[in-house]
Amino acid sequence: MKITDDLPPGLTALDRPNSYIGRSVPRPNLARLTQGRAQFVSDVVLPRMAHVAFVRSPHAHARITAIETATARKAPGVIAVVTGAELAKVITPWVGVLTHLKGIKSAPQHAIAVERACWQGEAVCAVVARSRAEAEDGCALIEVSYEELPAVTDAETALDPATPVIHPALGDNLTFERVHSAGNPDQGFAEADAVVEATFVFGRHTGVTNEPRAIVADWNPGEQRLTVYHGTQAPHMMQNLFAKHLGLEEHQVRVITKDVGGSFGIKVHTYADEMAVVALSKLLRRPIKFVADRIESFVTDIHARDHRVTAKIGVNKDGTITAFEIDDLTGIGPYSVYPRTSGIEANQIVNLTGGPYTCLNYRARARVVFQNKNVMCQYRAVGHPIATAVTEGLVELAAAKLGIDPLELRRRNLIPDDGYPCSGASGIKFEQLSHHECLAHLDAMMNYAGLRAEQARLRERGIHRGIGFASFIEVTNPSAAFYGVGGARISSQDGATVRLDATGAVICHTGVTEQGQGTEAVVAQCVATAFGVPIERVRVITGDTDNTPYGGGTWASRAAGIGGEAAWQAGKALRGNVLAVAASILQAAPAMLDIRNGVVVDADSGRERLGLDEVARIAYFRPDTLPPGFQAELMATRHYVPRAWPFAFTNGIQASYVEVDVDSGFVTLLKHWCVEDCGTVINPQLVDEQIRGGIVQGIGAALFEHCLYDERGQLLNGNMADYLVPMAAEMPDIEVGHVVSPTADSELGAKGAGEAGTAGAPGAVMNAVNDALRPLGAPAITAMPLTPERILRALGKV
Amino acid sequence: MSERFHQVTITVNGEAVRERVDARQTIVDFLRETLSLTGSHVGCEHGVCGACTLRVDGVIVRGCLMLAVQCDGARVETIEGVSDAGEIADLQAAFEKRNALQCGFCTPGMLLAAQELLRSGRVPSREEIRTHLSGNYCRCTGYQAIVDAIESVAQHRAGAQR
Repeated sequence: MKITDDLPPGLTALDRPNSYIGRSVPRPNLARLTQGRAQFVSDVVLPRMAHVAFVRSPHAHARITAIETATARKAPGVIAVVTGAELAKVITPWVGVLTHLKGIKSAPQHAIAVERACWQGEAVCAVVARSRAEAEDGCALIEVSYEELPAVTDAETALDPATPVIHPALGDNLTFERVHSAGNPDQGFAEADAVVEATFVFGRHTGVTNEPRAIVADWNPGEQRLTVYHGTQAPHMMQNLFAKHLGLEEHQVRVITKDVGGSFGIKVHTYADEMAVVALSKLLRRPIKFVADRIESFVTDIHARDHRVTAKIGVNKDGTITAFEIDDLTGIGPYSVYPRTSGIEANQIVNLTGGPYTCLNYRARARVVFQNKNVMCQYRAVGHPIATAVTEGLVELAAAKLGIDPLELRRRNLIPDDGYPCSGASGIKFEQLSHHECLAHLDAMMNYAGLRAEQARLRERGIHRGIGFASFIEVTNPSAAFYGVGGARISSQDGATVRLDATGAVICHTGVTEQGQGTEAVVAQCVATAFGVPIERVRVITGDTDNTPYGGGTWASRAAGIGGEAAWQAGKALRGNVLAVAASILQAAPAMLDIRNGVVVDADSGRERLGLDEVARIAYFRPDTLPPGFQAELMATRHYVPRAWPFAFTNGIQASYVEVDVDSGFVTLLKHWCVEDCGTVINPQLVDEQIRGGIVQGIGAALFEHCLYDERGQLLNGNMADYLVPMAAEMPDIEVGHVVSPTADSELGAKGAGEAGTAGAPGAVMNAVNDALRPLGAPAITAMPLTPERILRALGKV
Repeated sequence: MSERFHQVTITVNGEAVRERVDARQTIVDFLRETLSLTGSHVGCEHGVCGACTLRVDGVIVRGCLMLAVQCDGARVETIEGVSDAGEIADLQAAFEKRNALQCGFCTPGMLLAAQELLRSGRVPSREEIRTHLSGNYCRCTGYQAIVDAIESVAQHRAGAQR
């Protein structure tokens, strides 16, 4: 292949010199990563730092009757052994509920289990030692006596009267329930020419970040300050939570986030063992480090997607969809995760199902139940893969039943591109989507007709290929409607501060964070463009609560759309300030001047007047030469939060082309396509790579990834040899296309793109496999992952 | 009972290092903890993810599956050494230009694995590249950009030789 720079498209409003909007600018921070010179939290070493390892419950549910620590305390290198009861004197428990999820309930969760362990892997005792190895040696010497309790593992029976209640004070095992009805679903189904029903099952899976969760906490009693080096997506949120539960003021806590080895939503939650680390540092008055090992990651990193959705669709003979109905059940472990809760994924499924279509007859129920397994919470694309696979699975089953081409059925039902603004059946609001244009683009890009012909030709030779689609919508740029209105101290606004340094370069501090998405590049592009300097002259600083504007961080596809807009506005503000100084020096009107390529020029002629280094020199070192009363302000801060729309919905469509070996049940992914609309594309390469990476994560869900539990709540495959993740050899090349419908809620018009790939891929792959198997008379497979065993069972071969 | 601690001499990135090591310490932990060479990463500690890939006597190995004591007398090269020597500057540039890394945690291992494939001077097919990387886990990119970058370097190196 050939690597080429694309040329900037002619974006009128943004088409200034130094316009980097719409260009594939390389990320400024990559060399340190390619040279092994990055600093991940797992690399951090501090003076007097000690390491902690945890004794974890081997049982899914057990009363802790005794913890024998004497031997461990005497072991070489061991500094302290701390039980849950001892640590509870330092850090308070928490409850993961939000007021806008009406009726959601959970129980207090401790940093280390007190009296009772509620899932296999919950920490029951901490051993702090001079090295991790010695801490683990110490753990081996702790004897915990357990009285095993009945484990509630099956979500289907969690609400049965005969099932034990995990938290008796709550009365039952129901965490949250939402019921929604819109239009007239009964009439829709009654009048339909056909009703198609199916039960979709989604396997529990997890994020498997390549760098496990890592934290170094350093309580300095002399300063009365806690500094936490933390691999997190939300430093300010964590600052608040560490302070709150340690009884500190927020300004006593500094969270520093440098390089993060993968996040995907895994690193945006409160983890009990991480709360234990900050508490241990406060207790022991020295830095404490914890890096989860891979086994610990599998039993404690949040899981996601364990849903069973019974669903139906009504359709008329002409293909018109008349109604949707879903009943979702999900088991989320013993606690709703703090502070975002474990009700959001089910809530999203209710919000998003049927979302691309005009049909407004909709009934939904979602129930979230407790169980004695690892906790579940928000992971990349939260709820989208499920809502999309259910909706699109039903659509393709209906198309097959009616004998209508699946793309054609979508054409007849997708919300028309000129039908906006409008609302979906769940009440979600769309500003401007482009389903039909995306579909047309995809149809051409993949040569759909040609592929269908190839499929038919090969079918005659006994080669079974399938084509599957998934139209989708994605929630991006969340406003306060996502968490803030429910009482969570999670910022939906974000800020950027830009400063002209003394040599004319620009420093930008931003509240959004970088975990590999390219945030630093996008922010630099926005600042350089708005201010008028070569991008090399912009340095971006992220991930430090002492030094960046208050903000939410990077999650829910918000960094570019929200952080980028704040940076854009800050760059413009600094430009105004600098031009005021230059005008004062040059005795000109600011409106007659501009900044281009790092030089103050005459706006009309482009004639160079003054270098930025000279502006800075005069303002910083010779302000005495400026007119009396004039004060140069070479630093500007701006904040941004979406206000007109609760969320900036994006949309798109994916297609998967697969070949199924009907003897082995193996699926070969031949090709994957995605056309999506994330509004203004700030950096095409970064958007495409977000889409590709997201699709591959979705493929993992469709074909490979599954946290397998037995009926006693034991995770059976908690290692990377048995838990399958997508590797290079099995993955297809992926073509990405774009349609651009900017949001009018910001000047840049950028929406998010981080989750679109993961949202659509599982449904597209499932539909493709079923398209391959349908002529063989196999019933549709609606349980993920679509393993060879499930495929062979559908074919009646095992 | 055999000795638990051993004196070893290992040539790390060209420097002779003499240290006493615990018999149970892996070479990647030795590099990271004793020598502060943190470019080699620890992802799974059971030989699956490839983040700890490094070179011992010219051959890539899993740093989590080899003990430091086994490296006594050996030549060990890490991403820091290979970078400073300029050996993979073209690969690194291609990865950066193609955005063949996102979080970058897998990248040192990925680069060393790629360099082993490309050392033969042959231009591998995309399938061969994918197969060669099948022991290196990347959660971020979906692999296509990595394959693109490696392919472009293979073609460029082959072209430069002609």
